[in-house]
Amino acid sequence: MRPILLSGHERALTQVKFSKEGDLIFSVSKDHIPCAWYAANGERFGAYKGHIGALWTVDVDPTTTLLATGGADNTLRLWEVQTGREIKQWEFSTSIRRCEFSEDGRLLLGVTEKRTGQLSNIVVYNIDPTPGASQPDEPILRIVVDELPRVTVAGFSYLSKYIITGHENGSVAQWDGKTGELLHEVYSHDDGMSVTDLQWSADRTYFLTASKDKTAKLHDTNTLEVLKTYVADTPLNSAAITPEPTNYVILGGGQAAMDVTTTSARQGKFEARFYHKIFEEEVGRVRGHFGPLNYVAVSPDGKCYCSGGEDGYVRVHHFDPPYFDFKFEVEREKERAGY
Amino acid sequence: MAPSFEQLDPETEYEDQEEDIDYSDLREQYEVRMEEGLDTFIIIDGLPKVPPGSKEKLVKFLLRKLVTVGKTKEENVFMPMNEAGDMTEGFAFVEYETPAQAAAAVKALHATPLDKRHTIAVNKLTDIERYGREGRIEEEYKAPHIPPFEEQEHLRWWLGDHEGRDQFALYRADNVSVSWNEKDEQPEQIVDRAFWTETFIQWSPKGTYLTSMHAQGVQLWGGANWSRQKRFMHPGVNLVDFSPDERYLTTWSHRPLQVDDGNPILSLEEDGKNYIIWDIATGKPLRSFVTLDLPGPTEDAEGNPIKKKMQWPAFKWSADSKYVARMTQGQSISVYELPRMNLMDKASIKIEGIMDFEWCPANPQREGIKHYEQLFCYWTPELGSNPAKVGLMTVPSKEVVRTRNLFNVSDAKLHWQSDSAFVCVKVDRHSKSKKSLATNLEIFRVREKGVPVEVIDSIKDTVINFAWEPHGDRFVLITAGEVPHGSAVPPKTAVWFFCPEKAKGNQIGNFKLIRSVDKKNNNALHWSPNGRFVVVATVLSQQSFDLDFWDFDFEGEKEEKDRDLTANLQLMNTADHYGVTDIEWDPSGRFVATSASVWKHRMENGYHLYSFSGALLREEPIEQFKQWSWRPRPERLLSKDEMKNVRKNLREYSRQFEEADVAKKSSANKAVVDARRRMLEEWLAYRERTVEDLVEERQDMGLEELSEERKALIVDDEVDGEGKVVEEIFEEILEESEEVVE
Repeated sequence: MRPILLSGHERALTQVKFSKEGDLIFSVSKDHIPCAWYAANGERFGAYKGHIGALWTVDVDPTTTLLATGGADNTLRLWEVQTGREIKQWEFSTSIRRCEFSEDGRLLLGVTEKRTGQLSNIVVYNIDPTPGASQPDEPILRIVVDELPRVTVAGFSYLSKYIITGHENGSVAQWDGKTGELLHEVYSHDDGMSVTDLQWSADRTYFLTASKDKTAKLHDTNTLEVLKTYVADTPLNSAAITPEPTNYVILGGGQAAMDVTTTSARQGKFEARFYHKIFEEEVGRVRGHFGPLNYVAVSPDGKCYCSGGEDGYVRVHHFDPPYFDFKFEVEREKERAGY
Repeated sequence: MAPSFEQLDPETEYEDQEEDIDYSDLREQYEVRMEEGLDTFIIIDGLPKVPPGSKEKLVKFLLRKLVTVGKTKEENVFMPMNEAGDMTEGFAFVEYETPAQAAAAVKALHATPLDKRHTIAVNKLTDIERYGREGRIEEEYKAPHIPPFEEQEHLRWWLGDHEGRDQFALYRADNVSVSWNEKDEQPEQIVDRAFWTETFIQWSPKGTYLTSMHAQGVQLWGGANWSRQKRFMHPGVNLVDFSPDERYLTTWSHRPLQVDDGNPILSLEEDGKNYIIWDIATGKPLRSFVTLDLPGPTEDAEGNPIKKKMQWPAFKWSADSKYVARMTQGQSISVYELPRMNLMDKASIKIEGIMDFEWCPANPQREGIKHYEQLFCYWTPELGSNPAKVGLMTVPSKEVVRTRNLFNVSDAKLHWQSDSAFVCVKVDRHSKSKKSLATNLEIFRVREKGVPVEVIDSIKDTVINFAWEPHGDRFVLITAGEVPHGSAVPPKTAVWFFCPEKAKGNQIGNFKLIRSVDKKNNNALHWSPNGRFVVVATVLSQQSFDLDFWDFDFEGEKEEKDRDLTANLQLMNTADHYGVTDIEWDPSGRFVATSASVWKHRMENGYHLYSFSGALLREEPIEQFKQWSWRPRPERLLSKDEMKNVRKNLREYSRQFEEADVAKKSSANKAVVDARRRMLEEWLAYRERTVEDLVEERQDMGLEELSEERKALIVDDEVDGEGKVVEEIFEEILEESEEVVE
């Protein structure tokens, strides 16, 4: 199907997320207004006005009641999805790089930027998902990250058992979700190559990290063992896992604008790349953006994906039937054998 | 750890052997010489012994010789007397003004005869000190130790590959690797070393050695273990060139050499020189030369130095490596004979005005010539009222066997056909007004009686590229139109294909144009090493990157108008390689590698591999890709008859090869499928395990099987999983007009 172009933002997109039902898309960009869109036809559902700085991150709770956004105005805000009303605002001394709800929607995590005199903090709030409920002012957990380099990405594992963080130096760390104790740390990506994204599988038992070292790696949540590695030819900004039964990962990236010598789309490698999740082989590419892809997200129902680019557009692609039919011979074999 | 020039012998592979080494011999050998102030002194031995009365006369006589190489005075010549004081001792000390003068004196005056009975020996005082000291030189002769014979690696091992694959070297970032070409599959890497070379890599002409370039010199590598075969010390070396038989090597540096005393390889002979010609077998220099400056002003009107295009190679080898020659532009050619590297007949060959010369690339077979000869072709421009000339000269007789006068010549290029059957002189001629240029081709038929010349003057534009078919008699050229002044766009080019007409017997008919294709951007010609196929390409361009694959012997229907020609031209395929900078055929003529090197630009560096017919087999983007180089092969060992036999039974052979290919492919495919099957099994097992654990854990906590966010996906639709189809109809009114009807 023809991709749908969401052109409501004025500046580079920073994150796009699907609602857990897969019907809405939430997008944030360096302009100050988060937007919500219908995934089916690309119509705008609404906007959330209030932020006064570039936005870095967005997430929505499992029931699509609450929306969390954070950005360079040093605030983390909570909105009512349906009405666009701002219901809570937390202020910090540095900007918010990342926020994420736990799988039950009762915890919200935020990562603050490390800057001179300020360490990266991971804050966790208790969230009450009932409409109209008041939200706490103080976090239940605050992790001050002083031993490890700057935190770039973070998220809750299944059952909120762990918090997983990705760091500027390419390492990935595992923290106790209750106590905030550092449990485990692995150096999965090349040293000095920042981890740029961390996305979960549907059940949050494994996750995918993307890095500037041009690879994306699939990790086990418990052991942090690298299960699979996907090698691309360009620095990656984002990597998403398609929900089962399809077994793909989608990688997005491209030469950063400052490194592009010529502004040709051919040189920049601004394509979404599809790899087979199990065989680690590239199976396809989708062109379209004319700037690096800053984020790719797959609908939880697996029927479409969208990408947000430095070029200011969100492109929503609904998969065509051949996508669902395509199988490697060994997969067919397995299916016939009754898998 | 990188194998740099100084360290690491292949035998003592990369191990640290710091402890317990006796360094005393090395210390002695490389002893640092202190500034003793004695460097300006020399000792002269072998002088006649004279009474005090004649001493002054002798000193004066000696001084006349001494001042020819440096500055010294009578007071600085000290000639000691014997104990009795009635005779001189027969030696003298001389002090020069500078150490350099002293060194020059040693070089110039040592072993010069004074008269019939006296020959002087001139040495540096410091040398006497160094070598003459007690115990430095053993009194008794000891036979040098000759190490027992060791089996060396077979340098041509790679030719024994049972699949007949070719090798290539790849230089990217700091690594050099050599791999077997596997067509469309991932190449099989044989060796990969970091910092193997510092600037570039080069194969020797027959592929025996891989040359690496270092600040200190050149190293040759070979054999199945890629061990170092030879190294040649030439600090600051920039370029190397091999003789066609791989026996000699030329190294060149833009900086004159500085040779210190006591250098184990280079002698004072090489001091101040730019070129060294080496004997590869011994690793010793044969002779060295300085760079010749091209005539003309060295500075432009504003006093900035003009960069002159250097001719490389300056020393050109004859086909059999018996001669190497260098031209002094405008004056002469110096021909040196190998292996002694002596100037042939002790004099350069004077050719007034000479601009360029080229040796014939294969031993010439001129009609009626039975004795040994080599040929070279040269040209001279118009000098005064004399016309420009192209000449063919034989060596060693130095006889001019053919000349041809030319007029209005602004430039000429000499193109030999690879069997030396023809030489084509591409003559750029200007019109009388000197405003427009056109190119003539003067083709000398070297093998025919009297060397007849055929002229092709039907080309109206300038020819920017020309290439003979290897071992054939057809050629391709590219012309470029005039560039409008100040235009930034390169002119459109046209590609012209020529072949001889059919003629009786073994004769080669006149050259005829087969076809020309215009409105192209092409600028490069690359013939298959076996002839027949040619790639016409556009390289180093910003706008176009096309590769056209042409066949001269298309097996299909021949057009009526081409009936009399010895070719049936057909465009087989076109391809496009963005940013292509280099094109190279493999030595077997089966594959073409095109590459985009980071040396030229930074866009999409990497290589493409095509079949001879232009089918893309592989493409691999490689960051920091620098160089691709196929390993050359030596000439075939099969006799003419054997080759004919192969050609006759080609069908049978190709069947065998195809079978082998299919077998290889299917076994490779099987390996891939097996690996995938294994990965799938492993993954499914992993998933089963983790899902089970998760469910168990959730149950322990009294939670449902699915988390809230996964439940969000479960839609209790009435319609069975298909979802509702919402149809929206948009009506857009494009135009509305109202008309009042009377």
